[in-house]
Amino acid sequence: MISKLTHVCVYVLDQDSAYDFYVNKLGFKVHTDAPMGPGNRWLTVTPPEQPELEITLFLVIEGGIFTKETVKTMTELVKNGTFGAAVFTCHDLLATYEELKAKGVVFKKAPTKEFYGYEALFVDDSGNFFSLSQPA
Amino acid sequence: MEQYEKRYLYKRVVQAKLFIDQHYAEHIDLNNIADQASFSKFHFIRLFKTIYGKTPHHYLTQVRIDQAQLLLMKAVSISEVCFAVGFGSVTSFTGLFKKVVGVAPSTFQLHQKKRHEAMQVHPLRFVPNCFSEMHGWSKNSNSQEMALSSFTHF
Repeated sequence: MISKLTHVCVYVLDQDSAYDFYVNKLGFKVHTDAPMGPGNRWLTVTPPEQPELEITLFLVIEGGIFTKETVKTMTELVKNGTFGAAVFTCHDLLATYEELKAKGVVFKKAPTKEFYGYEALFVDDSGNFFSLSQPA
Repeated sequence: MEQYEKRYLYKRVVQAKLFIDQHYAEHIDLNNIADQASFSKFHFIRLFKTIYGKTPHHYLTQVRIDQAQLLLMKAVSISEVCFAVGFGSVTSFTGLFKKVVGVAPSTFQLHQKKRHEAMQVHPLRFVPNCFSEMHGWSKNSNSQEMALSSFTHF
């Protein structure tokens, strides 16, 4: 039977910028940063308290199943936040919100009380958006 | 009003936390950090621990050890790393590092060096197949990995 999820994919439009966002702003740790030829690398990061889950910062670039047309479409979809569908949790939402805002992270929604706890919404440097929650 | 006050308090504690993030390499102590938040030491420690789950001192140590790991990955010598992240003694740094990370700095550095070298020569070994196929990075051909890795040897 399946036991764990080890890798998830976040499509990004610029890996240098994504590195800065996820590592220097969000405080994630680099797990693997392997060169994959000109303009591309295999870059994965992990949330500080979840070192076993690698988030792959997957560059939308031509190659493999990504045709020129696919890249164009994907770029628009990423910019528009179409793939934003992940939830991060933190111990203290208000403190995390204030810290990330101070670091320049853009929030689409300030912390509010929801049925399942407190939640805010932020956007990464490519356009993906995420929930940031503090469970009730 | 209560919510406003809480938010104001949080901003001050967050400011102190960011002060640690930015000044960990300097000789900062609890007085410097508490000053940033304009709190008495006792009040500050209590608030910081409530928010971050650890004391400011423990957080400062964690930041220093995290930064030490990054420098050790860049092949900086252990004594240089020790002083670069704000520790004053190589012996205490080595002991603390081992306690937190689980291995001595020298062992950590050797392991990271080997991993880094493998990553340069055989990058595809670090990529699950589903992702390498999406990108068109083939694992079935040694020559392709050689071709790929040739881009990385400057």
